[in-house]
Amino acid sequence: MSAPVITGLGVVAPNGQDREAWWRATLDGTSGLGRISRFDPERYPVRVAGEATKFDPAAHAPQRLVSETDAMTQYAFAATNEALADAAVVPDDFADLDMAVITANSSGGVEFGQRELQKLYSEGPQAVGAYMSIAWFYAATTGQLSIRHGMRGPCGVLCSEQAGGLDALAQTRRVLAKGTRLVLSGGTDASLSPYGLVCQLSNGRLSEEHRPERAYVPFDSGASGYVPGEGGAIFVVESREDARARGVERIYAEVSGYAATFDPRPGSGRPPGLRRAVELALADASLAPEDVDVVFADGYGVPELDRQEAEALAAVFGPEAVPVTVPKTMTGRLYAGGAALDVAAAALALRDQVIPPSVNVRPDPEHRLDLVVDRPRETRLRTALVLSRGYGGFNAAVVLRAV
Amino acid sequence: MTGRAVITGIGVVAPGQPGREAFWEMIVKGKTATRRITLFDPTPFRSRIGAECDFDPELAGLSYQEIRRTDRAGQFALVAAREAMADSGLDMDAEDPHRIGVSVGNGVGNAISMEQEYRTVSDNGRQWLVDQGYMKPHLYSYVMSSSLATEVAWASGAEGPATVVSSGCCAGIDAVGYAVDLIREGSVDVMVAGATDAPIYPVTVSCFDTLRASSTSNDDPEHACRPFDRRRNGLVLGEGSAVFVIEELEHARRRGARIYCEVVGYAARANGYHMTGLRPDGREMGEAITAALDEARINPDEIDYANAHGSGTKQNDRHETAAYKRSLGEHAYRVPVSSIKSMVGHSLGSIGSIEIAASALAIDRGAIPPTANYEERDPECDLDYVPGTAREAELDVVLSVGSGFGGFQSAVVLTSPRRIT
Repeated sequence: MSAPVITGLGVVAPNGQDREAWWRATLDGTSGLGRISRFDPERYPVRVAGEATKFDPAAHAPQRLVSETDAMTQYAFAATNEALADAAVVPDDFADLDMAVITANSSGGVEFGQRELQKLYSEGPQAVGAYMSIAWFYAATTGQLSIRHGMRGPCGVLCSEQAGGLDALAQTRRVLAKGTRLVLSGGTDASLSPYGLVCQLSNGRLSEEHRPERAYVPFDSGASGYVPGEGGAIFVVESREDARARGVERIYAEVSGYAATFDPRPGSGRPPGLRRAVELALADASLAPEDVDVVFADGYGVPELDRQEAEALAAVFGPEAVPVTVPKTMTGRLYAGGAALDVAAAALALRDQVIPPSVNVRPDPEHRLDLVVDRPRETRLRTALVLSRGYGGFNAAVVLRAV
Repeated sequence: MTGRAVITGIGVVAPGQPGREAFWEMIVKGKTATRRITLFDPTPFRSRIGAECDFDPELAGLSYQEIRRTDRAGQFALVAAREAMADSGLDMDAEDPHRIGVSVGNGVGNAISMEQEYRTVSDNGRQWLVDQGYMKPHLYSYVMSSSLATEVAWASGAEGPATVVSSGCCAGIDAVGYAVDLIREGSVDVMVAGATDAPIYPVTVSCFDTLRASSTSNDDPEHACRPFDRRRNGLVLGEGSAVFVIEELEHARRRGARIYCEVVGYAARANGYHMTGLRPDGREMGEAITAALDEARINPDEIDYANAHGSGTKQNDRHETAAYKRSLGEHAYRVPVSSIKSMVGHSLGSIGSIEIAASALAIDRGAIPPTANYEERDPECDLDYVPGTAREAELDVVLSVGSGFGGFQSAVVLTSPRRIT
């Protein structure tokens, strides 16, 4: 089998409720970061997030499904509808065992979970709703998508914090190689409830800056942490032969390379694994560093982690040798949805031959990065590298190529 | 590189006493670890039974810092991973850590800690805007189940690809399948792979109460889980972990490792039907079994033992029995089928790995663990369920299956090292 290709894309993001709206906003540098509105954040030190505030779940799924799901799954319903339409896929045209769903997850349905925990402890065990068991767990989104679209092949769920979206794409490649014809891949997340936010506060990496335009500025000397966001992306992935055979006219990109590594345990004195992930992914794609036209960086926004990523990029590509961008400066870090959204951005960058900007960032010259800031950069793009790091030591890299 | 994956180390923390040998001894004797729940006061609940691990993290050798930063699920995984590493004899000083990966199956994350900490920061459910002042510093590692893979990677020294596989109640099988795929594709030489879950806490017990899926034999907890028996009345929640060292065959041979079994086939299918419901015809589980056998290039009549999902619910056991008939044909009536859930309960995301441990040990020890509490035949479940007493048997091919919420169905096929040529 040839390398798999992405033929459909669906997006829900803080700065756009569908693929093209989000992409226009991303190219325009329109940020979706703002003061948290899902609840009153005044008592918390972190008050800025990327919320999908205009999202209407009822527009994308019947009320029955909305009632039994958390927002993380509702975003996936919407993104999947869009991705299937984009790829002109009618699931009924496929044998159900030829289709599968593989998503990333990170923290489960935290808002749904907090509501049910509150019922349990304020009203008693009998108050816990029948849907708690299926809405809150990490497999909820894959299960619901599989049932809704009748996709009965080898489904999966991977949790590697923010790196999960790339791991899900790699697992997608594996099941396609074993004979599955079409996979819904990607990830969506909704981490914002009061308990969800407090859980995140404990990692010490969230920005306590209250001005949205200064809260998440990776690679800037003023970087002070990251901003959480919600949403994500779902892709339709299939083999190039299958895509051609069913008359697909527009292929966004080929998934040409992937690698994942894990950082040494703290205190070992050994180097972090991101650079190795980049090198292994390029080797997997049979490409050299000079073949890469743009890097969608992880861009943690934590000074030490920014330095590590900049060093890895300089080591592989040379200083300022490749354009780098962090469009998640407009959305925040979306956890299970984050790397998926970056893959969507890379795919659309290859389609439109334009690099979306990072916003609000004045790159620290010490990082020696050619960071694309403020305005999109039109250039010839054939190969994009997407990087992602998950809290706790996860590193992943994916190489996308224009077809 | 053969692209073949073999199990060379096994670590288990299962209900009852921790450790691989204690686990095997218990299940081969047909003893049950199901009892009235002690992890919290179960009085207000419909089902008050659990299969709990008699586990003390300090006695199990964990450091104070490990205990402080991990949930019970992480503690199980750490202990099981260390036992598996020691059992395998893998010398990390001689290995390239970049060629060692981690996959940890899990269903409900760090559920106990998430619930305990919720009670504190919400003042026992009073506050929606929970109080950050009572936040524990390791809360982030609880909310992100990926921390379970981090812990296993740190414990083993792995620096290759690592992830948590979280496909609900099939995760324990799927994490092993994932590990085998990574070995076959050449991304790694070794995977430290398995699963862990510790769900016995009020919110999970409430969920199963609400679904009326758990046993209400509260007056007789030792005999509460009765897979395939006509009087079965639901599952019993369990907890625990099993972790394996799985390695590429040549790699194992080069270092003279003892081989428990080869993982020759794996498949996952979804039912595309209902998040919690199963059709009685066993179609999707049968498809997973057939696909796993196809990958293994093994005929159905070669199976010597089927380690069942056998959760003890009316719905599952009927569905599963039908699945064996669909996928194995007449051989379904000849092959011994047993469910260790009768003894160790259903530990959600980890049970698949615990059952793979039972299957690997069954091959290694030449014995089939029984289905405890099986007494009355159900006309819809009319196979050989190995009631009560273990059987000696030379096992060359063993099938283990799982089924879970979300419609997930998985099957894995193990073969004896005698078959490795």
